[in-house]
Amino acid sequence: MSVDLATVKRVARLARIAVSEEEANRMTGELNGILGFVEQLSEVDVSGVEPMTSVTPMEMKKREDVVNDGNKADDIVANAPASDRNFFQVPKVVE
Amino acid sequence: MTDLTRLTIAEAREKLGAKEITAVELTDAYLGAIEAANPVINAYVTVTPDKARDMAKASDTRIAAGRAGALEGIPLGIKDLFATEGVHTQACSHILDSFRPKYESTVTQNLWNDGAVMLGKLNMDEFAMGSSNESSYYGAVKNPWRATGSNADLVPGGSSGGSAAAVAAFLCAGATATDTGGSIRQPAAFTGTVGIKPTYGRCSRWGIVAFASSLDQAGPIARDVRDAAILLKSMASVDAKDTTSVDLPVPDYEAALGQSLKGMRIGIPREYRVEGMPEEIEALWQQGIAWLKEAGAEVVDISLPHTKYALPAYYIVAPAEASSNLARYDGVRYGLRVDGKDIVDMYEKTRAAGFGQEVKRRIMIGTYVLSAGYYDAYYLQAQKVRTLIKRDFELAFNAGVDAILTPATPSSAFGIADEELASDPVKMYLQDIFTVTVNMAGLPGLSVPAGLDHKGLPLSLQLIGKPFEEDVLFKTAHVIEKAAGRFTPAKWW
Repeated sequence: MSVDLATVKRVARLARIAVSEEEANRMTGELNGILGFVEQLSEVDVSGVEPMTSVTPMEMKKREDVVNDGNKADDIVANAPASDRNFFQVPKVVE
Repeated sequence: MTDLTRLTIAEAREKLGAKEITAVELTDAYLGAIEAANPVINAYVTVTPDKARDMAKASDTRIAAGRAGALEGIPLGIKDLFATEGVHTQACSHILDSFRPKYESTVTQNLWNDGAVMLGKLNMDEFAMGSSNESSYYGAVKNPWRATGSNADLVPGGSSGGSAAAVAAFLCAGATATDTGGSIRQPAAFTGTVGIKPTYGRCSRWGIVAFASSLDQAGPIARDVRDAAILLKSMASVDAKDTTSVDLPVPDYEAALGQSLKGMRIGIPREYRVEGMPEEIEALWQQGIAWLKEAGAEVVDISLPHTKYALPAYYIVAPAEASSNLARYDGVRYGLRVDGKDIVDMYEKTRAAGFGQEVKRRIMIGTYVLSAGYYDAYYLQAQKVRTLIKRDFELAFNAGVDAILTPATPSSAFGIADEELASDPVKMYLQDIFTVTVNMAGLPGLSVPAGLDHKGLPLSLQLIGKPFEEDVLFKTAHVIEKAAGRFTPAKWW
């Protein structure tokens, strides 16, 4: 499988990365190089093989459903590019 | 007075305990070395001298009071991927500009709890994506090694290139690093240092900037096998904050050093003899086999038939996980923001300006293979192949193999701005051909220097072990180290 320029632009949009025409062109070649490389996986017979979900056999750890951390609103917004009274500030979303 | 930066961790521990030197003296020696060398080597992206001296003073107080920890007064460098409270933590990316976490990663907290001293944060490939450290926003790192009779600058490998270069150039006693496809073992091999990626789940991932969560593991880079064992003992822990952290006590790895290899069975996988592999790497491998036989181990040929599929499967699984993990960098909660005409425009412009080329490439691949219509053909297929790769190792171990010996890298260190590698991303990816299988199977892997090539550059062997048998790797690597000797670059910086 390979990608064309329109697909690269669509994927960039899905990934929320602005790309110029020149970048999209360059990426098309690079992505096709990588996709060509991974193509060999299709020759592996995987019939009856389960996809890996956990690399080490382990029981999912669970904890009590209780509040054990928090009251750190100042810490949480401390690194925000824009915040106001412990709210993150973003450009207007709803007209 | 002797140069204190030349002491291994084990030697410094002894001298500090005997009060022959103080932690402040040791820390000052490293800070001086960093000040002189870092403008050239570029291993550190930030140095924390005040914090280091405060921590060293506290160490001296504890030593005097007889309350020294396992790493009391030992000055370490920390890869920029680990969250360090109030200190530069950017995964060497522009998108995390000015990020100062309000928390400390579990691994670094474990080190400080044992008395270690932080010298600063180390350079790395952006978000740990790379094998040359050239994708860092903070520029390339220079390998302290140069080919005999050459002034050409070489890469230290990656992604933990700053960690490996700092250890090799005596700019820290040891360093933290992380390994998703080879990022500890390849730079260790390029710099003549020892690096271990422990079993998945041995070190907590909490507070480490995520790249590919099912593959990422922290581990140390050190001057020798003993120092790596000492560091891993402190870094590893059971952590309720990481649900993949394993509930197993951390053994005393140092106790394994010097144990006999008699009765051990070492597997030699034929699939690691790849086309175009330099003759001297094959010779190094044979030398390693001879050393282990001399030490009493039995050496057997084994087959790991899905080896060649590990790297292509990795380049689906890792970018897929990365595209999801890196979705959080949106210009809202932390780091860089580039304003746009609306919120989507702001996201797109921020991510376009904040991520470097290699990171964008991987996010794009990940987004594509996870997108509707392609998930089964790529991602699901890769996860099935991953099951087969792990099964290969399980069959070998079930047949009585205790550890596996392979080359660590397909070459010695290459040049900075190598045109051939820069022009084709897949060529760079092939750097990880011997290391990536270990991440795909979640196993422990250690790279130990074993010789120099015809250019005078270090080459390493890799040992792969059963899950949570890091101690077996340490005792086997120790035998190789004793036979091969240690390798130190001639100082030119």
